[in-house]
Amino acid sequence: MQTPSDLPACPLPLERYPAVVMGHGGGGRLMRELLQSLVFEALGAGSGGHDAAVVDMEGGRMAFTTDSFVVRPRIFPGGDIGALAVHGTVNDLAMAGARPRWLSVSLIIEEGLAMDELWRLLLSLRRAADEAGVTVVTGDTKVVDRGAGDGLFINTAGIGTVAPGVDIRPGRVGEGDAVLVSGDLGRHGIAVMAERESLAFESAIESDSANLAPAVAALLEAGLDIHCLRDLTRGGLSSALNEIAADAGRGILIDEAAVPVREDVAAACEVLGLDPLYVACEGRFAVFLPEDQAGRALEILTAYTPEAAIVGRVDAGRPGRVRLTSRIGAERVLDMLSGEQLPRIC
Amino acid sequence: MKYVDEYRGRDEARKLANAIHRMTTRPHTLMEVCGGQTHAIVKFGIDTLLPDQVELIHGPGCPVCVTPVEIIDKALEVAARPEVIFCSFGDMLRVPGSGSDLLSVKADGGDVRMVYSPLDAVRIARRNPDREVVFFAVGFETTAPANAMAVLQAESAGLENFSLLVSHVLVPPAIESILAAPENRVQGFLAAGHVCAVMGYEAYLPIVRQHRVPIVVTGFEPLDILEGIYMCVRQLEAGEAKLENQYARAVRSGGNRQAQSIVEQVFHVVPRRWRGLGDIPRSGLGLRPSYENFDAGRRFGEVTAPVPDSGVCISGAIMQGQRKPVDCPAFGVGCTPDRPLGAPMVSSEGACAAYYRYRGLAESQEQASP
Repeated sequence: MQTPSDLPACPLPLERYPAVVMGHGGGGRLMRELLQSLVFEALGAGSGGHDAAVVDMEGGRMAFTTDSFVVRPRIFPGGDIGALAVHGTVNDLAMAGARPRWLSVSLIIEEGLAMDELWRLLLSLRRAADEAGVTVVTGDTKVVDRGAGDGLFINTAGIGTVAPGVDIRPGRVGEGDAVLVSGDLGRHGIAVMAERESLAFESAIESDSANLAPAVAALLEAGLDIHCLRDLTRGGLSSALNEIAADAGRGILIDEAAVPVREDVAAACEVLGLDPLYVACEGRFAVFLPEDQAGRALEILTAYTPEAAIVGRVDAGRPGRVRLTSRIGAERVLDMLSGEQLPRIC
Repeated sequence: MKYVDEYRGRDEARKLANAIHRMTTRPHTLMEVCGGQTHAIVKFGIDTLLPDQVELIHGPGCPVCVTPVEIIDKALEVAARPEVIFCSFGDMLRVPGSGSDLLSVKADGGDVRMVYSPLDAVRIARRNPDREVVFFAVGFETTAPANAMAVLQAESAGLENFSLLVSHVLVPPAIESILAAPENRVQGFLAAGHVCAVMGYEAYLPIVRQHRVPIVVTGFEPLDILEGIYMCVRQLEAGEAKLENQYARAVRSGGNRQAQSIVEQVFHVVPRRWRGLGDIPRSGLGLRPSYENFDAGRRFGEVTAPVPDSGVCISGAIMQGQRKPVDCPAFGVGCTPDRPLGAPMVSSEGACAAYYRYRGLAESQEQASP
């Protein structure tokens, strides 16, 4: 997010309503003003006359997804809820091998949110959408009573087009596939947690929040036979691999020492009592493809994130489970978390 | 990462494991006391590197696991009160009491907050003078100094809205209790390095002498634990019973005198009931009468009669080393980390949760003791 000084000023008369009031969701003049002066202005979108977007489709397949964003704090090192709301949905499309095209944006605003902050977050959303080459074509805005929300919730839905011949799904994962990660793990989760807990590190750990579509497009354009892709969001690498292992009915063996985790993130995890394998990323994904293509895939991924790595392979062991060779060379199960990761007492 | 990576080396781990293999000529049963060590053993797969004849038993050193149900019930009751902000370490939040847990109390509208330090709870009390702030003071000697410091800070700030719900436990009486049990199988102990960093290890000398049992003060990284096991097995093979310190980079025999003195100032030794182990005399810490104003029990009513553990769960026998998690009929069936019956399934330091998470159900059952 930019600093206030390099942003255009918030266009609403702040002296009158420096914060969102219930009336901004009331459907009357205030709401119209909020939409036209702030939301449409920031997103570069118009109402289009009705509540649904009709988009021209060339013959072929399209991907459609939706995601809601409730992150607290709304602004964190390396990102904010606005950019995240684009990246999350665009990345879900990219993981299906789709090229993201159109986005809807629904805002649920809690009474009392500062108008200036809303403006800045919307500009950030707009910038992320522009960078990802997606157009915001429809949306909705609601205001809820103070206490009924948490400042701002954003839902985005996205539509993307899928090129002929692209077939990416867990069912294609097979024995002998290599498993790659597109970069180092855990930066987003630790950045958010550090901000939430007011933890100070020597230098701020920035979120990895990013649009993954270009990296996926590069893999596809290189003609690689991508079997499966998965972004490493909530639950981190461990949850993503466990889902795929279960869906594919295959065993996955990961080498813990090969999993890239930046030193500051690893240190923060030690201090906080967390395992980086379970910490969320917002700009990282796992790739499954035939082992003989792993080197080429790694070359491509490294151009986007230097920390990308080959971390394991699909083998004949324990179908549906993920195993891990620990740093000291012993093998164990890498399970899913039952809930949130809770820090240990000592 | 400095001070961590050098204790996680694959080659060094192999060397130590090989040395243990070469040295071992007969069966030995060791207990790692601390839950943090249990966690590391299962997470890194340390036990899989050991000879079959060396058995590790996971001891009662998980503070979450040994906190009795009636105290958790009390915590739930206090946390649900509208005037209370209830602060706790993260892994206490999911521990089931008789019916519910702190996360559910939070979902029902209770103000339950996860903190990393009791001093954060003091800060919360300072910022919320119209609310009662209660910190759930659980843990061994390691967490006692910070909890004592929280009381001292609250006192010097004149805070009248801060109190502790205390369930502190002490390691040496638990070791004595395990050794005194007629069915005891433990032949040597890895003592908890962090407890000793605070308290020193002089208190273990009488236990070593009286019970003729080796005790090795041990750290928490894989190489620490392997070296602790190596030192313990070496003593057993030689027929010795000595007190040794593997964790010399953090532990001195006298411990941290400053930390001890604030613990001594605020707390005194009291009898304590342990979940799974029962009543152990002189095995806990309670607030001294001079600090009873900070006692949540005094403010919100004392903890009432003991609540018995679930009938199926064998957590007591597991924490005393008489049984393994996989011996429990409920393990992985009626009792999982999602729906824990007993405390060792809740905390990641608990033996049952560690088995479930790092072994997987099927493999664990293959390894059930005969």
